[in-house]
Amino acid sequence: MAADISAREYTTIREAAGPLIVVEGVEGVAYGEVVKIVTPSGEEKMGQVLEARKGLAVIQVFEGTSGIDTAKTRVRFTGDIMRVSVAQDMVGRFFDGLGRPIDGGPEVIPEDRLSITGEAINPTARDYPREFIQTGISTIDGMNTLVRGQKLPIFSGAGMPHNALAAQIARQAKVLASGEPFSVVFAAMGITHEEASFFMHDFERTGAIERIVAFLNLADDPAIERVITPRMALTTAEFLAYEYDMHILVILTDMTNYCEALREIAAAREEVPGRRGYPGYMYTDLSMNYERAGRIKGRNGTITQIPILSMPDDDITHPIPDLTGYITEGQFVLSRDLHRRGIFPPVDVLPSLSRLMNEGIGPERTREDHSGVSNQLYAGYAEGRDMRDLVAVVGEEALTSRDRKYLEFADEFEKRFVTQGKNEDRSIEETLDLGWDLMATLPEGELKRIDEQIIKKYHPSHKG
Amino acid sequence: MGEEGTITKIAGPLVVADNMRGCEMYEVVKIGDEGLMGETIRLDGAQAYVQVYEDTTGLKPGEPVIRTKAPLTVELGPGILKNFYDGVQRPLKAIGKKVGDYIKRGVYVDALDRTTKWEFTPTAEEGKQVVGGDFLGTVQETKVITHKILVPPGLSGKILELKAGKFSVDDCIARLQTDGEDQELTMMQKWPVRKGRPYKDKLDLEVPLLTGQRINDTFFPLAKGGTATIPGGFGTGKTVMQHQVARWADAQVIVYIGCGERGNEMTEVLEDFPKLIDPYSGENLMERSTLIANTSNMPVAAREASIYTGITLAEYYRDMGYDTAIQADSTSRWAEALREISGRLEEMPGEEGYPAYLATRLSDFYERAGRVKALCSDSEERIGSVSVVGAVSPPGGDFSEPVTQNTLRVAGVFWALDSTLADRRHFPAISWLRSYSLYLGHLTEWFNKPATPDFMEQRDEMMSILQKEAELQEIVQLVGADALPARERGTLEVARMIREDFLQQNAYHDVDSYCSLEKQYLMAKIILQWYDLAGEVIDYGVSIGKIEVMGIKGAMARMKYVPSEEFEKQYDKMVKEMKDEFEALKRKETESA
Repeated sequence: MAADISAREYTTIREAAGPLIVVEGVEGVAYGEVVKIVTPSGEEKMGQVLEARKGLAVIQVFEGTSGIDTAKTRVRFTGDIMRVSVAQDMVGRFFDGLGRPIDGGPEVIPEDRLSITGEAINPTARDYPREFIQTGISTIDGMNTLVRGQKLPIFSGAGMPHNALAAQIARQAKVLASGEPFSVVFAAMGITHEEASFFMHDFERTGAIERIVAFLNLADDPAIERVITPRMALTTAEFLAYEYDMHILVILTDMTNYCEALREIAAAREEVPGRRGYPGYMYTDLSMNYERAGRIKGRNGTITQIPILSMPDDDITHPIPDLTGYITEGQFVLSRDLHRRGIFPPVDVLPSLSRLMNEGIGPERTREDHSGVSNQLYAGYAEGRDMRDLVAVVGEEALTSRDRKYLEFADEFEKRFVTQGKNEDRSIEETLDLGWDLMATLPEGELKRIDEQIIKKYHPSHKG
Repeated sequence: MGEEGTITKIAGPLVVADNMRGCEMYEVVKIGDEGLMGETIRLDGAQAYVQVYEDTTGLKPGEPVIRTKAPLTVELGPGILKNFYDGVQRPLKAIGKKVGDYIKRGVYVDALDRTTKWEFTPTAEEGKQVVGGDFLGTVQETKVITHKILVPPGLSGKILELKAGKFSVDDCIARLQTDGEDQELTMMQKWPVRKGRPYKDKLDLEVPLLTGQRINDTFFPLAKGGTATIPGGFGTGKTVMQHQVARWADAQVIVYIGCGERGNEMTEVLEDFPKLIDPYSGENLMERSTLIANTSNMPVAAREASIYTGITLAEYYRDMGYDTAIQADSTSRWAEALREISGRLEEMPGEEGYPAYLATRLSDFYERAGRVKALCSDSEERIGSVSVVGAVSPPGGDFSEPVTQNTLRVAGVFWALDSTLADRRHFPAISWLRSYSLYLGHLTEWFNKPATPDFMEQRDEMMSILQKEAELQEIVQLVGADALPARERGTLEVARMIREDFLQQNAYHDVDSYCSLEKQYLMAKIILQWYDLAGEVIDYGVSIGKIEVMGIKGAMARMKYVPSEEFEKQYDKMVKEMKDEFEALKRKETESA
């Protein structure tokens, strides 16, 4: 295809605006093609064709357009689409947002060069996720169970400890029967240097660094690069999972920055904006990343995703968390209220959800009482929280004794069940037993969501 | 007249081609060297704007665009059921066999397998005059569905020859003498998806589409041939609700459309349906279902087409005289596809960036539902129906957005999902105060059949209790429950029973997942009896505290887990126990007085 390279190099930039350049007089440009751009000062940049017309191409420049002029800058069309070099040796290495090594190590010798777009998995080829992942965190294992192949984001806000939670999950996550650890593919988009080094130190301290591939686009790196970073990471994850049978946990942080970059490009292209200026295709674009989680029949590896996003002004109805929630299989929501009261991890279980939980729990997977315990704790905690609101209006004296029990239950639930140490790794049995201890403070007749036989078998007062 | 144009511009799923004069709106074209499939959506002089059903990466200006001179059509014939298609009726399993685990572009496989031989049994006779819609014969498509082979709409004439035996869908099975040339007919016909299939007459809706879900059937019933919408923010249970309707609805044919939703959800349907038993036929659910999956990461233009593909399949089975139901999850994703394409066309946007024709498109779609007299000779009368249940995913759970509002204007039933109910795990999280069914009046006669004469009366009583509860709750929020009179606290108590023991239903529980209408009726009856008796003993002076801790309440809380077929026996036992317990309360009260 690219026999005559010189013929495909142009200096005919007509326009540069924001992250985009428009090149005219071009021929044979493909939609999605990768271009190399050399500025008059010799700086090399990378770009991708966003719109191909007869004699004209619109290109997004990942490193930003500074230094580009309309006279001498050379634009070379590579004749290839965006690809990432992948190899098993990438494990333990650090790359920038476009996949270039930044740890001082040698270039990776590619085993393959894969398109980063990723094709849609045929729904008939998918295997339904149902293997329980124990994270050692009660609010997750007990209430919103994570399973292999799931995509489950953390909805957080500025200043909340989502990173500590993600690091704890990455460290402790394991599948019970096999005990094999996950390898982690870590993609940072626009996070600060401190946040990135928190992760790196944590991984280093716990030895996880040896089973990690990191793609880092930090806050001061080019913003437009961020639309590529998660795709690089996910393509690498797919390669490791499906070619080397590895179980991969992909952490994407912070998806809010990714969406900002999308908006920047859309605005530069003068597209008709959707809600709050985000492009109308943001749902489709996000899903092309998130839907790459999963399991495929007949392949041993799996991809589990934990995207992290900070909700602007803690608003869960903001387009970024909203569209994410419509694609992912649930969400962990962090609560500023709990965080302020010093509770870690501040997971608010009421709006949190794991859609794949039902298939991942129960006899042989976790324990037969899991579903009942989880439902009952939810119901009890929700009722207790209602009572708190009520108390604020009418005072505690106006409550019936039943109501007061629920009020206490909610407090104890937060103090004992939700709260745990940053290194505390609770087994699922411990989590469920803790749940029973809490439920024992309620009258037995209130435990309507649990089968009678299960109560007889597990309730502390029956166990003697 | 161009039969082959050239690409002049590519931007995402939209391609512009020149030299296309003569091309029709909505004509299907093949794009580029790989022959990607697309559909013309705008014409401007010699230029055609084409939405492409596949990924366009790598296409170049100058590549050819070839006209097919036909609109987007589906293939109709035996083999649709138990199949699994994408948004433009490409069979996903066959594609998987051909190209592996990922959906590659430029791959074509016939929607109906040409190698399968179906046993065709003629039911018409040679020499007979037939018109469009008449039966030629039958094929046993699955264990439960007998596929009727129809004369295609628009054709009529005398049957010259009618064969019997095993044929594939494109073999000639009959010859028809028409006014023009003689026609050879096969078991397969094609139909353009954007055009509703013709029928004789639309009928009033008189029969409910039962779903086995208590809040839906008893409180807000859908009629066969009616339309319902389920709006709800994420996590409120839209998809579970759609799955429940697809599983337990008493329709004969189900078309499930996963429109821009999660891949794993489609896999779940695919794994579940062959294992679940249809309570009406006793066979597994796949025997009556066809699935259309265009997940969120599959090409957006094919997502736009998916709901039309789905409803055309449903209409085809309707024409055979079946009651069909389609579940579209989610129509918001369809509307977003429309918006995305509209944006690329640089059309003037309406509300929230949606095109101004959103409302028209939505009502066109929902109006294809209905209970109809199917097309056939006047000597015969055949009734079939298409019911539509469309989920809506409003951004931020805000129902004032355009897709929800425009859907509400055309849908007959509104099942409003409420995130506060979902947060406290009250499922199905359908708000009893906001939802409505416009079919209640039409269906009253059916529900009040001899076996359940006071069905509607009970429903209305429960509804008014719940309404009363909402009013009382406002007072409780201010002064606490203790301040209410005993009678009122009795109302709160029975309202709680209705909410927890009747409305809440566990989709994942083997028994509770499906509740027969008879069981629903008796469950309502026992709760209302409890309310009457509680009122009596309160008037007698029994304190509310004693009533709140009655033993029978435990049994009532668990009645949802009693299988439908054993329920009547259990009911009699419970009523007796309940009466005894209330008697005992009264007796104690007398003794202590």
